[in-house]
Amino acid sequence: MHVLKIAKDHQRFRQIIKGKIRQDLRKFLSRGELLGREGKRAISIPVHGIDIPHFRYGDNNDAGVGSGDGKPGDQVGDGDGMGPGGTQEGRHILEVDVGLDELADILGEELQLPRIQPRGKKNITSERDRYSGIRQAGPESLRHFKRTFRRALRRQIMSGTYDPDSPRIIFERGDKVYRSWKTVRSPQSNAVIVYMMDVSGSMGAEQKELVRLEAFWIDAWLRRNYEGIESRYIVHDVRAAEVDRETFFRLREDGGTRISSAFRAARELLDSTYSADEWNIYLFHFSDGDNSSESDSRECCKMLRDNILPTVNLFGYCQVASAYGSGNFINVLHEHVTGAENLITSRVNNKDDIYDSIKTFFSKGQ
Amino acid sequence: MVRKLPKDLEEQARIIAEFARREGLDFYPTIFEVLSAEEVSQVAAYGGFPQRYPHWRFGMEYERLRKQHSYGLGRIYEMVINNDPCYAYLLEDNTLTDQKTVMAHVYGHCDFFKNNIWFSRTNRRMMDDMANHATRVRRYIKRYGLDRVETFIDTCLSLEDLIDPHSMFMQRTETRGAQHIRRQAGDAGPEQHAGVRYPAKSYMDPFINPRRRLDAERQAQLEEAERRRGRVPAKPLRDVLQFLMEFAPLQDWEADILSIIREEAYYFAPQGQTKIMNEGWASYWHSTLMTNYILKADELITYCDHHSGTLASSPGRLNPYKVGIELFRDIERRWNTGRYGPEYDACDDMQTRRNWGKDQAPKTRVVGRGSPGREKIYQVRAIYNDVTFLDEFLTPEFIEDQNLFHYRYDPSTGRMVVVNRDFRKIKQQMLFMLTNHARPYIYVLDGNYRNRGELYLGHRHNGVDLDIKFAQETLKALQAIWKRPVHIRALIDDEPILFSYDGEQSAQQHIDDALPEPANDL
Repeated sequence: MHVLKIAKDHQRFRQIIKGKIRQDLRKFLSRGELLGREGKRAISIPVHGIDIPHFRYGDNNDAGVGSGDGKPGDQVGDGDGMGPGGTQEGRHILEVDVGLDELADILGEELQLPRIQPRGKKNITSERDRYSGIRQAGPESLRHFKRTFRRALRRQIMSGTYDPDSPRIIFERGDKVYRSWKTVRSPQSNAVIVYMMDVSGSMGAEQKELVRLEAFWIDAWLRRNYEGIESRYIVHDVRAAEVDRETFFRLREDGGTRISSAFRAARELLDSTYSADEWNIYLFHFSDGDNSSESDSRECCKMLRDNILPTVNLFGYCQVASAYGSGNFINVLHEHVTGAENLITSRVNNKDDIYDSIKTFFSKGQ
Repeated sequence: MVRKLPKDLEEQARIIAEFARREGLDFYPTIFEVLSAEEVSQVAAYGGFPQRYPHWRFGMEYERLRKQHSYGLGRIYEMVINNDPCYAYLLEDNTLTDQKTVMAHVYGHCDFFKNNIWFSRTNRRMMDDMANHATRVRRYIKRYGLDRVETFIDTCLSLEDLIDPHSMFMQRTETRGAQHIRRQAGDAGPEQHAGVRYPAKSYMDPFINPRRRLDAERQAQLEEAERRRGRVPAKPLRDVLQFLMEFAPLQDWEADILSIIREEAYYFAPQGQTKIMNEGWASYWHSTLMTNYILKADELITYCDHHSGTLASSPGRLNPYKVGIELFRDIERRWNTGRYGPEYDACDDMQTRRNWGKDQAPKTRVVGRGSPGREKIYQVRAIYNDVTFLDEFLTPEFIEDQNLFHYRYDPSTGRMVVVNRDFRKIKQQMLFMLTNHARPYIYVLDGNYRNRGELYLGHRHNGVDLDIKFAQETLKALQAIWKRPVHIRALIDDEPILFSYDGEQSAQQHIDDALPEPANDL
């Protein structure tokens, strides 16, 4: 296929867009602008300052002429008019679709994140059959009609039995060819992300927003690095339960906090569905760090050391600042779980910290 | 990318052209090419041309068109280039009925390009020149690097609409270079201050051009010239790009790129000036040709469907195709029935008006210029542009027929709401939207402001303020070319404000007596 001349201009445009997104990445990371805009493979991003400024009329010019029924005071359509001040052009913001992969790449480049090395034997090899060859023998259901026909036709023409006025083609055994397949092995790495969140009374809407943003970017980056990825969500206060994504970000409970309950639920989930030999496992826990008792915190550390850390790629603990509570859990972790490379903690006090938090989690390429 | 026109379409083109000529259309030879949807999007992004200089903005437009096409939100049926010969593009997967309609439509456009006076000064070899522009810009990119050239093009594009579309019809002022050459040759040039001489037979001359008046005029002109001496520019100048090319400290390649942008802006200007007329005229003729000559019974539904789709208007949007075709038909009807002139205007009996000249109207189908109405619309297509077209032919009856209304942004509800159906208000609004392409009038007032080589522009206010943010951004582009500080004077909320950019920061100040005046005033 030939390439259109405009492909170069288009490429250049995409390049400029990416540059702008990169420039503004910190802003995108810290603002919720991108949430809810993601489609299946692409995300619609508002990019500023792309279009070319002109001298133009200002806002006291929002008027126009339209046609149709209506009496004075009625609303006009969608408000999009022929008027020069309307919504025709130049709001100075352009919505562009960017693939999630591209976005993750920009994130990776800007934060200088290394590509993740899937652990050990977790490269499952998947097998697929591809019909790519032709054979002389095979089942009738796989007969390649076109080729068979062509061979028969050629044979008949060569042997002089072909009559153009009554074109009747009769296959013989030697004409028949069949499709054949090859088995293709392709390495595939799967990963599961388990998000855990503390939904106790001290986690307010503001904290949840932080979690949501952080989770979005964690998702984006991990998806870029693994082909098959699954996300699971666990919420907890004093008890833990698995929920779906929607509920995860919406749910609000009162009551205390027992972090070990979440760890236990995660462990059970992993044991039942995601064996460590087959899956790259990522656990993220979000909390304001206000665990109910010292003894539970110690219990958590023990569970991490003995049951969780040995089998997971990464355990990320992200502590969001809250107006209530001690926020002591992060200190407990630092104190009691030492020497574990795959335990990474970060504090997020406000939206600006998300940038660094993401960087902390993934800068080792685990 | 060009595919030869299939035999059947070629035959259709020939037949349709013949019918079009029979109806009196007069066009350059027209070459049709069939393109795929991607290619049509490319051509549309390039403003109708098969190639342009490299720039990301075309890529942006291409992406927008592709998306629009794939979501089924808009389909480009046809593209046509004002060139001799005319080039027109057909979309490959259109039905034959569509292709025929498009061809008939295209011949309408081609006739308009050739015969409308506003197109008379356009470059009819633009197809070749666009390719040359592309080559030149590519060469500069190779030599000076993409970033530098691209940044400069961005800067120029920011100013591309600062041209004077009417200047195409004026005697160009002599460039400094030409002046220099003329003086070197010892030629004093045409006598400049001679007063206005009206043409007259020799024996009448002393009466028509009396000496006393000529002397007085010469004197006044000399005084004016004296006052203007040393002013740059001598008069307020709308063609800012021309001024920059002459006086801005540009390198050769920069001047060349600026001239390319300016040339293309002038080429496209008449299309902006005649959008309603041009589309109206083409629609009038595709409709006439299709229904009178070309349509077969089994094509009728498809044709009607697409024709009405093209002419559909939504409440908040005036469709130029619709306004144009209806106005042309209205003019034809009015001139066929004699509904114009002082007698008709003076008549205020509705019944009489409604039946005015009904018996004069042609009883049979008219071919070509065979009726006063047709004669009139042929004249209109030759000498009007959108502004004069609406100014002259928009009538209260037309506005009522077309159900037009005037709407306005209502700050209390944040919505666009219908204001009324007042004829004068609607006409005024439409004319405003068409005048200067709904862009503000900007003039160079002083190229040596405060004797510091600063550039001073002025906005001629006609009811609507400049957008401040955009003005400040645009000043930055201007400064990048002028290098010295730049200013623009504008009326914001009835206060005269001077916006400035000196290369480092933007500023704005209230204009009062303490501030030096520019060399010219509007």
